[in-house]
Amino acid sequence: MGAAAAVDRGATARMIGFIAHLRQNGFAVGPGETELVLSTLAAAEFPDAEATRLGLKAILSGSREQWLRFDELFDAYWFGRGRKVIQRAGNARGVRNQQRRPTIWDQALPPDETARSRDIVERASGSGEDPGERGSGRLIASSGEALSRTDLRTLMSPDEMAEAERTAERLARAIRYRLSRRRTPARRGETIDVRRTIRRNISRGGEPMELRRKHRPERPVKLVVLLDVSGSMQAYSRYFISFVCGLIGTWLRADAFLFHTRLVRIADALRERDREVALAKLSLMVEGFGGGTKIATSLKTFNDRYAKETLGSRSVAIIVSDGYDTDPPEALERELQRLKRRAYRLIWLNPLLGWKDYAPVARAMATALRYIDCFAAAHSLASLAALEPEFARL
Amino acid sequence: MKLDHTSLQRDLAAAGYIADDALAMALSLAIGLGRPLLLEGEAGVGKTDVAKALAQVLKTRLIRLQCYEGLDAHTALYEWNYQRQLLAIRTHEREAMPADSIEQHIFSEAYLLRRPLLEAILQAKPPVLLIDEIDRADEEFEAFLLEILSDFQVTVPELGTLKATSIPHVILTSNGTRALSDALRRRCLYSYLEFPEERKELAILHARLPAIDQRLATQVVRFVQQLRREDLEKKPGIAETLDWARALVGLDIASLEREPAAVQASLICLLKTEADLKAVPREVTARLIGKVA
Repeated sequence: MGAAAAVDRGATARMIGFIAHLRQNGFAVGPGETELVLSTLAAAEFPDAEATRLGLKAILSGSREQWLRFDELFDAYWFGRGRKVIQRAGNARGVRNQQRRPTIWDQALPPDETARSRDIVERASGSGEDPGERGSGRLIASSGEALSRTDLRTLMSPDEMAEAERTAERLARAIRYRLSRRRTPARRGETIDVRRTIRRNISRGGEPMELRRKHRPERPVKLVVLLDVSGSMQAYSRYFISFVCGLIGTWLRADAFLFHTRLVRIADALRERDREVALAKLSLMVEGFGGGTKIATSLKTFNDRYAKETLGSRSVAIIVSDGYDTDPPEALERELQRLKRRAYRLIWLNPLLGWKDYAPVARAMATALRYIDCFAAAHSLASLAALEPEFARL
Repeated sequence: MKLDHTSLQRDLAAAGYIADDALAMALSLAIGLGRPLLLEGEAGVGKTDVAKALAQVLKTRLIRLQCYEGLDAHTALYEWNYQRQLLAIRTHEREAMPADSIEQHIFSEAYLLRRPLLEAILQAKPPVLLIDEIDRADEEFEAFLLEILSDFQVTVPELGTLKATSIPHVILTSNGTRALSDALRRRCLYSYLEFPEERKELAILHARLPAIDQRLATQVVRFVQQLRREDLEKKPGIAETLDWARALVGLDIASLEREPAAVQASLICLLKTEADLKAVPREVTARLIGKVA
């Protein structure tokens, strides 16, 4: 830190303030970065302010979002302070002013604007206690005993929800592993591990008498669930949300999205440790949706924005939807084709398929079938549980 | 340490690579601080070429490690040359050499195959080490790489620890097919490459294809710039622009608007998927040509 001490003390404090400012805005920068910046500034001669900005940008940002936001944050801190920050607030991508009042003052002073809005959010997300939310439990008595054969529309008790989660976990486990390309030693592997064989047989003069083998171990697949929560699916959606919770909760490599007329990522909300809170958060998200179903549009959003990072050669995409789409079928076909190209397997679970006389009549569904590896009913727990061997084959 | 990113920028330009200020600064910092530089950006914005040009500027070797799924330490670091070892064992046995010294002999550096990472740290002059498409390798490899990049030494159980004789200039590239770990991001300096703007792309075109006619070059660049604004699956990168320009020069086309049919046919240099080709039919091409002519 000798180098750092050489920098003017005031400038050092300002620079530390700048790094704190970045941290408040979501940059993962710690004391290590602070030291690096200070020692770099002490040791290096930046020709001008612009060069300094570029240098700090390279050191302190770590991802595309940060890279794109850096200049705004830099200007806000070093040149803006009051007026400019406010003026920029409109176009800034969520730049938070570092002069926001610290939380410890909240008790002493009247609540300010940001604190109040935070309160509202907190209260809203705690709405799991709302009696209306739990009312669904009333159906237990009528459908309890015929549990596994009942259509899921009538199935909403907490016990059954838990059962749904367990089914989801079982299913998930069935598709959990896929062969890896990396090899590890194994007793009965399919190829010879020359490295270990030679090492092992040195004592016998290098004659390979005892062969060591290696094999390709199984490695976890990644699950990505796309759940339709449109009006036509409403009866099922609560159940399926539990199902998705079951998949996500125990699964590190999983991602989940809800769609309706738009697509929302919900994996983070689902990882909430308290199930009630998770469900409440979700209901909030779902409420923001409009009527109708736009499967193709939602899938397009997914393909454009999320597919690249969430799907890979080891991913299984699961779509849960009844296939009633207001978008043209060609659009759905195009998006499914794109999706299929990214994912390893594509599964479509359709609750309507369980109805006796249902054949995929919805036009969208008919075109979709071509790209789907597994198209299965999902109207009751029994039908879901029956999928396990099917999934294991994928 | 004196940071002179403008002179680095000039040197890179002389080597045929046009870098903007931010990239030049990031590179000179990476060299100055001895830190790895992580480059992200769409495919085809010239991430890999940065390393090549840098090696040329620094007059040093470029060592490249291409990542792929399932890449492991042995492919990246070192491997013993088994065939030679087996042969050596046989010959030395005939000479009645004791087992101990055979072992000593066959696990010496002569039998060690250096893979890119080991090769890079055992150079006399610091090379440029390009770790290409790190996002394709799996997370375990990333952790392993972090260790090498912070210690710059490698332990071979049979041989002992090999210390770096020079710290390489490390450049990592990523296409964003997988989220990289925060640890790796924090270890590296960062730079994001965008598709170049019109002036820069024109400069690149002139640097790479000095023979091209000024008017055609301008048209080509404007056309590609417009094309990137269309709703495409895979936007054409700089490499595609260069290919296309070469194709047009080869076809003896002096200006786009005069030969729309040939232009349409040559679009295969820019659009690499069936959907994209369909998305740019004759009418769209005509509209785009109208804008740039």
